[in-house]
Amino acid sequence: MKHTIAILVKDHPGVLARVASLFNRRRFNIDSIAAGHSEKKGITRITIVTEGDDNILEQITKQLNKLVDVIRVRDLPKEASVERELALIKVSTKSTDQRTEIMQLVDTFRGHIVDIDKQALTIEVTGTEDKINAKLKLLESFGILEISRTGKIALARGAQRILN
Amino acid sequence: MKLSGTEIIVECLKKEKVEVVFGIPGGAIMPLYDTIYQKATFTHILTKHEQGAVHAADGYARATGKVGVCIATSGPGATNLVTGLANAYLDSIPIVAFTGQVISPLIGTDAFQEVDIIGITLPITKNNYLVMDIKDLAPIIKEAFYLARNGRPGPVLIDLPKDIQLAQTEFHYPENYRCSGYQPKWKGNLNQIKKAAQAIQEAKKPIIYGGGGIINANASEELREFVQKTNIPVTTTLMGLGSFPAEHPLSLGMLGMHGSYYANMAISEADLIIALGTRFDDRVTGNAKNFCPQAKFIQVDIDPAEISKIIRVDIPIVGDLKYVLTKLIQLVEPKQEKDWLNRIATLKENNPLKYRKDNHLRPQYIIEKLYELTKGESIIVTDVGQHQMWVAQYYRFGHPRSCISSGGLGTMGFGLPASIGAQIGCPEKRVICIAGDGGFQMNIQELATAIHNKVPLVVLIMNNGYLGMVRQWQELFFGKRYASTSLEGSPDFAQLVQVYGGKGIRVSTIDDFNSALVQALSERQFFLIDCLIPPEENVFPMVAPGEPINKMLGGNES
Ligand SMILES: Cc1ncc(C[n+]2csc(CCOP(=O)(O)OP(=O)(O)O)c2C)c(N)n1
Ligand SMILES: [Mg+2]
Repeated sequence: MKHTIAILVKDHPGVLARVASLFNRRRFNIDSIAAGHSEKKGITRITIVTEGDDNILEQITKQLNKLVDVIRVRDLPKEASVERELALIKVSTKSTDQRTEIMQLVDTFRGHIVDIDKQALTIEVTGTEDKINAKLKLLESFGILEISRTGKIALARGAQRILN
Repeated sequence: MKLSGTEIIVECLKKEKVEVVFGIPGGAIMPLYDTIYQKATFTHILTKHEQGAVHAADGYARATGKVGVCIATSGPGATNLVTGLANAYLDSIPIVAFTGQVISPLIGTDAFQEVDIIGITLPITKNNYLVMDIKDLAPIIKEAFYLARNGRPGPVLIDLPKDIQLAQTEFHYPENYRCSGYQPKWKGNLNQIKKAAQAIQEAKKPIIYGGGGIINANASEELREFVQKTNIPVTTTLMGLGSFPAEHPLSLGMLGMHGSYYANMAISEADLIIALGTRFDDRVTGNAKNFCPQAKFIQVDIDPAEISKIIRVDIPIVGDLKYVLTKLIQLVEPKQEKDWLNRIATLKENNPLKYRKDNHLRPQYIIEKLYELTKGESIIVTDVGQHQMWVAQYYRFGHPRSCISSGGLGTMGFGLPASIGAQIGCPEKRVICIAGDGGFQMNIQELATAIHNKVPLVVLIMNNGYLGMVRQWQELFFGKRYASTSLEGSPDFAQLVQVYGGKGIRVSTIDDFNSALVQALSERQFFLIDCLIPPEENVFPMVAPGEPINKMLGGNES
């Protein structure tokens, strides 16, 4: 089963290496990892999507909590959180017709064109992982040149916060 | 007043009441050594290899319960610490290691003697620090000592770029330190403790399975009191030896791969297993899937990550063992399960440890004799191999911190340097190092450290001419093909010690051994006895790898 884990860590050099090394060393897998500033200065929020049963999730949580730089660890269940991922997709365009076709498609799935060139369009899409995958599928036939995805980020629904 | 980085380190060590440090200097750590030379209040012991330094710090920590400290230079000095740090990490031993590092502008450039020791030791330290700002130095040292000794102890490394050692700042040592990232839960949850008490009350065949956590928590007294009240038999891991007196009628000795037959049988029949400060290592459980499926489990540990890691337990308690046991003693009613105690007594009586008693100088005899002469009042330090298991089986440890052995990592070469540390930490005690002829040669250079510093160790070499433990496995599981396990070419250890300036004697008969041991114990100087023992003696009983622990080879011949 897939789990989304939010980890608040002290913004120290090497802290990502510590977290990644722990996953690697204990054979926990990482589907995606995203990191950035949190609402509090000096604290970074890392979101990791991992795969494993409840026992593995429990071990991951406990082992992460042992890291001195780790402040909080929370499993964010799908039903109780909002999840997003951002993807930039570069698609090749061979003709004006094709370009119009892509632009319409992007419009209907509410993506944005963020760069245009004679040979290519770059599209920004956000959504859940599934939605992004679906959009990628739609764009596949035009020829995808490059993809960059952020990996999932998530927040619990409602007013609750991880840090009080 | 401003102090330099190295003056700050020396001041901090003073504040932490450090009495002795072990290490070797080199380019990147010279400023620290220069300050130690001029200003240190502690003793510095120069070892002959950094592995010797870290194992000595480790032995010192195990024997005294204090934090062991070691120092190495950058690059090769730092990498030489790696085995020792891993060893301390796996056995939860408090160590603070300082390493020199190239000047900070050169970090990352593959400068002379630069290695990423932080990266290398990431998975084998409780935490580690690269100091990049002189202002961080004192708080980091404070945190390092706090982390090393609190909660589940472990090694911490501080990497010190040379320019930081030389930089200056105002010195202030934080007195009341609170580490936001690490606050061990000391008090066990009272509801859980009540549940445990209830389960203990109801159990018909309870057993205590204790580990090194009892020793780390200084909870031996509480354990004894608890057993006094409940009459529950106790078996321990290698790391737990000494936490409960072997002479106690309810002691079952060690369990596991080379545990006593009766300990393995008793735990396999138990209906309640009370796991105290122990982590269900595979050397204990055999195939964990088959480990005591009949039993209910209580597990007490200060480290939440150990709870249910290997076996899902019924009643988990995260907390300090001293605290939890004290509560349990208050909560349980006195009890005595007569049938179970009779069963335990029968198991013990019918299946004693045994070996051939003839006119050969057998290793088991050596340990029995040593016990007889020392009355269990010594600190016994072992190396790793067959001799280690014979010590665990035949020496009847009576006190916590009297058995010092590399458990989790099984590090050959640990024995000699660790005994130096133990003896320096406990000068009034008798420290005896028992090593194999293989492992002794892995840190044999520390003979110079011991003898030069007049460390009065008694060393017994169990000389079987083999990497014995491996040879035993080859005999039993690899068709007697003794691939690279003969130690032909070893020196005469007694003569070698004499060259270093110590006393050494080689013995091959029971009589010669007896008189040599009596002499060694009557003196107070470095004394090595090289014991020629039968080359193909095996350690029994034994659980073959992958088997459940109640299936033992050479267990109940009676
Ligand atoms: C550093 C290290 N290398 C290899 C081993 C594997 N090993 C375990 S026991 C053993 C043999 C030890 O031989 P010796 O020191 O003579 O002790 P004996 O078993 O003969 O008592 C070996 C090679 C180890 N535990 N540690
Ligand atoms: Mg040997």
